[in-house]
Amino acid sequence: MRAKPMNASRREFLKASAMAGGGLIVGFTLPGATRLAQGAAKEARMSAYLRIAPNNEITVVCGLSEMGQGVHTAIPMLVAEELDADWSRVRVEQAGVDQAFANPIFGMQATGGSTSVRGHWEPMRKAGATARAMLIAAAAETWKADPAECRTERGMVIHASGKKLSYGQLADKAAKLAPPKDVKLKDPTQFNLLGKSGTQRLDTVAKSTGKAKFGLDVYLPGMLTAVIAYPPVPGGKAASVNDAKAKAVPGVRQVLQIPSGVAVLADGYWAAKLGRDALEIQWDHGANASLSSEGISKMLSAGAAAGGAVGRNEGDAKAATPAKKIEAEYEAPYLSHSCMEPLNCTAWVRKDGVEIWAGTQSQGPAQGILAQVAGVAPGKVKVNTMYLGGGFGRRFAPDPVIGATVLSKITGKPVKLVYSREDDTRGYFYRPASVTRMTGGVDADGRATLFTASVACPSIMEGSHFMKLPPDGVDEFGVEGIRDCPYDIPNLRVEYSRQEPGGIQVWFWRSVGHSQNSFFLESFIDELAYAAGKDPFEFRRSLLGKQPRCKGALELAAEKAGWSKPLPAGVHRGIAVVFSFGSWCAQVAEVSVAADGAPKVHRVVAAVDCGMTVNPDIVRRQIESAIVYGLTAALYGKITFKDGRVEQSNFHDYRMLRMNEMPKVEVHIVPSTEAPGGIGEPGTPPIAPAVANAMFAATGKRIRKLPLLG
Amino acid sequence: MVSLVVNGKIREIDAAPDTPLLWVLRDSLRLTGTKFGCGIAQCGACTVHLDGEPVRSCATPVSAAAGKKVTTIEGIGATRAGKAVQAAWIRHDVPQCGYCQSGQIMSASALLAKKRAPSDADIDAAMSGNVCRCGTYNQIRAAIKDAAASAKGA
Repeated sequence: MRAKPMNASRREFLKASAMAGGGLIVGFTLPGATRLAQGAAKEARMSAYLRIAPNNEITVVCGLSEMGQGVHTAIPMLVAEELDADWSRVRVEQAGVDQAFANPIFGMQATGGSTSVRGHWEPMRKAGATARAMLIAAAAETWKADPAECRTERGMVIHASGKKLSYGQLADKAAKLAPPKDVKLKDPTQFNLLGKSGTQRLDTVAKSTGKAKFGLDVYLPGMLTAVIAYPPVPGGKAASVNDAKAKAVPGVRQVLQIPSGVAVLADGYWAAKLGRDALEIQWDHGANASLSSEGISKMLSAGAAAGGAVGRNEGDAKAATPAKKIEAEYEAPYLSHSCMEPLNCTAWVRKDGVEIWAGTQSQGPAQGILAQVAGVAPGKVKVNTMYLGGGFGRRFAPDPVIGATVLSKITGKPVKLVYSREDDTRGYFYRPASVTRMTGGVDADGRATLFTASVACPSIMEGSHFMKLPPDGVDEFGVEGIRDCPYDIPNLRVEYSRQEPGGIQVWFWRSVGHSQNSFFLESFIDELAYAAGKDPFEFRRSLLGKQPRCKGALELAAEKAGWSKPLPAGVHRGIAVVFSFGSWCAQVAEVSVAADGAPKVHRVVAAVDCGMTVNPDIVRRQIESAIVYGLTAALYGKITFKDGRVEQSNFHDYRMLRMNEMPKVEVHIVPSTEAPGGIGEPGTPPIAPAVANAMFAATGKRIRKLPLLG
Repeated sequence: MVSLVVNGKIREIDAAPDTPLLWVLRDSLRLTGTKFGCGIAQCGACTVHLDGEPVRSCATPVSAAAGKKVTTIEGIGATRAGKAVQAAWIRHDVPQCGYCQSGQIMSASALLAKKRAPSDADIDAAMSGNVCRCGTYNQIRAAIKDAAASAKGA
């Protein structure tokens, strides 16, 4: 998703008030909130806040969704650092839906695009610093002292004389003071929490004891559980439905035809599922009944050969005459996100509004969409965000929340819509398939002089329904990772051809366009290195003179992996480096290849330059997580079509990486004083090319089509 | 009516005998710590213990649990191995999204109850039926070894 940082300082304002029952509330407005909400009542935008209670408990209210990436720990850490809070007394509370919580980078309340820390780095620290200044002022007033004689430490204001008052003791008095207009933030050298290891996640205990509540764990009085029989071919419709046997299943209450399919509503999931199994439906498959992966590949390949809109053009690629020229076509398949928690939403449409309970990444957009679905004002849509059992972009999509709301509106009852694993796998919103044709050339000294790429794939911008292709006709997600090729090559041209195989809804998938384009570019650069007779690491390095941070990450990964040192017999290395979401990540994969061509990844050494970090332990875990996500897809991931139908259904035919296949992973963070970059996604793109490049080193065979196992 | 002993309590449930134990635990007893992941015993998110043996509750009919002791994530902390595993999970900050972790902890607890010092091969064998989409496998492995070490001293 697009990350366009905006000026964070203007329009921001703070307000303090007293808590009912005592304590201090600091309300503040995130910079993104004013972007969409201009003209709305100011008070409505005052609810992003932190609370300090008389018992010294500090609560940070977070509008972002926790899907494993650690945002419910990182956001409170930003506040706690500037507040000099006692971390052991800091807790986090999930916010509802409110424009006050708009993600400063998106301008709407949503979590994705590795934007959370980038967008909240400054405003959350300002909130903490403001509260601290007010607590100092309250202490100074109590002691009739000069605030300059007071300092703060672990939840206490301490006077030069040694007198102390806790934040909880000061909260009531501070609530009566006006917040300062300007506060000074700490210099990073003064940080006690940020950038330091050892701060544990705030959600660990709940998630280690079965107490954490996910969307599927919501139960309401009188609630029905729904499953939907979806058309097997995209764009299909139920022509006739015989629901007699379904209705005869004990526990089944209703069968309803809705735009997305035929819904069975029952007292619980199992009855609903048995009811759906008993439906007799004649489907009108519509225009896409002949959809096949073979046809899709041909369509994309023809698009890549024909070329399209120009996304980048430097030098004169057509006139370049390299000493040696290579050309290759690469392909990546559709992918399902396959979150661990199958998609679901519980909705309750009442006369006075709509309330949903869901693990969603997009509360803000959901509020607007559901207002339309239910025919109420947006302010009448309440969103209860549960823990997300994985997100990866899939939970940005509105299909489960729309489905549940439609069913609750019709029945008048609370409805929990559940996707079976098969529904989830076959539920579209896929990472788009792509075919990319590339040419490259080197001069007599082996220096790269030419690179062209012609990308053919569906448009996520158009498919998202909240963006449009820009006037130049180049889908930014279709070409990201290739258009921004970091290598210094004088003749460089990137084209994009939009191709839309019938009816397949595409979507954002962890690292989006980078997920396939980095495989294309970083594999092809490897090909070019071999064509030039150069070492793949040194070849890349020689082209990164103008990209010091990219080069730094590459060098650190190579150094930590011992790039030039020998490996055990049969084990080979591959390297790749990618810039995405504001961060550079380089990876070296150590791989052996069995006689049947199957790779075994033994170790991955990663280096990441993501600027300053909030929680380096979480940073390392996110990179490792992203590597597993990317490696799973690289080895096994493909959604294919035959006769209009998705061929995969569950984990037996849409394989997951498991414990026995897990490589050792080392993550090294480049020390940095630069502004923070994203961290949830940047670890995913480099792994597929790093492994494929190692496989080439092992076998001399270049794999140009994912997944690597065919 | 099916009679079960769940986490030490006798529970009478009105469910057809072929209803998967998972949905009895979740929809009837509201023990939501046990998770639905795949429905075909491919991911391990629904792992519970029947008389101490790990089973995939999504593919276990409730009739198969009748008369047996069912232990779920809500009750595993009362066992020696389960307590050690949960404490190690917390020390190692294992969970990310957390959705698979109940099942991971149930599989790990069953392993540790049998093998006091599991090898890497033992861990591979016991844990490869549990999928983690966040990729916490290395942290799970470390936590199991730590739990084994800490349980030894106990």
